[in-house]
Amino acid sequence: MCLAIPMEIISIQDNVAQVEVGGVKNQVRLDIIDEPAQVGDFVIVHAGFALRRIDREEGLKTLKLFQEGLGLELVK
Amino acid sequence: MNLLNKFRDPELCLNILDQIKSELNEEFRFMEVCGTHTVAIFQSGIRTLLPEQMVHLSGPGCPVCVTHDREIAAYIALSEKNLIIATFGDLIKVPGPGGRNLKMVQAEGARIKVVYSAFDALKIAMEKPDHKVVFLGVGFETTAPTVAAVIRMAKEQGVRNFSVMSFHKLVPPALKALAADRNIRVHGLLLPGHVSTIIGIKPYLFLAQDYKMPSVISGFEPLDILQSILIMVRQKNTGQAEVVNNYKRAVSDKGNARAMEVMYDVFEPSDALWRGLGLIPGSGLAIRNEYKGFDASVVHDQELPEVNEVPGCKCGEVLKGLISPDKCPLFDTRCTPARPVGPCMVSTEGSCAAYHKYRL
Repeated sequence: MCLAIPMEIISIQDNVAQVEVGGVKNQVRLDIIDEPAQVGDFVIVHAGFALRRIDREEGLKTLKLFQEGLGLELVK
Repeated sequence: MNLLNKFRDPELCLNILDQIKSELNEEFRFMEVCGTHTVAIFQSGIRTLLPEQMVHLSGPGCPVCVTHDREIAAYIALSEKNLIIATFGDLIKVPGPGGRNLKMVQAEGARIKVVYSAFDALKIAMEKPDHKVVFLGVGFETTAPTVAAVIRMAKEQGVRNFSVMSFHKLVPPALKALAADRNIRVHGLLLPGHVSTIIGIKPYLFLAQDYKMPSVISGFEPLDILQSILIMVRQKNTGQAEVVNNYKRAVSDKGNARAMEVMYDVFEPSDALWRGLGLIPGSGLAIRNEYKGFDASVVHDQELPEVNEVPGCKCGEVLKGLISPDKCPLFDTRCTPARPVGPCMVSTEGSCAAYHKYRL
């Protein structure tokens, strides 16, 4: 039930964003997100609300940490 | 590079899996407490790839599954009061006392509408000012702030025909009850990613400090889950229990302060009933006095009915990880996804339903 989906913001009007993933479009409210989201950001969407912006840099760091630990080639 | 695809990269996953196999030296029982983890672990095939000594347990991580019989009975009673009931779809098949569920009540004429968001329920109320609309509030910290935000909107806009019957629940008090239970053999906890997006890392710190339980906040891609398992194994091997945030792209250590502010403006912690676990102090969310006009238990005078438990259903033991779903005498006989007896079989994210669908 806590299923939440990363979706890309296509446009924003007031407190509502148009979001899309894989051709599926939806409207989400921005009332409880804690930092201003912008067009092009991926946000985690749950029950009609954006919960948080996905931090790409942190995602890359997580990957690198483990690839280094295993002696694998690093992601670019 | 697509970041999400990297978290599904088979080669990387197999590398982590090899690492787990080489570092694991005794039985390790880990529990996840999130329905999305349950499904991801089965669906991705991780469950069958893990070595035998690594035992996966699904805990009380599906809000629908932990909704108590008495709470379902209250929802059914409300739906028989000539109101418009708005609910998430998962709830309507959950059997209450005598096997009756909201879908049956709907077939008998009750106006029950499935919505995707609490906001949709508020919209129904605004479109039909002559009708009273009640939203059935279930869900953990991921969902509760969205419902709180909608209650706040209703108050700001002066909507008088909308209320919420809140049986929202909080994850950390349930984890505390589990960690303190001496019968439960769990060596590590996979902490729920999206609950953590809201609450951050702090509410879990007691798990390492007081119970020496390796605990890792995890995402939902195969690599996320495997990495998190490896972190738990390493903690076990070094004897150093810690709470680790391994889902930093979606969880900041401090959580989402704005969502927490909205949630605790509208709700306050209360004691709550959990199916299988019983009464857990401070594990529920009740609507505060300032918002009493939006509390369906007050507006429609709805208490928790006394009920008899469903005979034979072992949901409680399944939720505590004491037995696997197939050890329940009703599993796959009287209880199937098409005709569920207990809530763990109802929700697609329930332990029994996932076990039924993906068991290999």
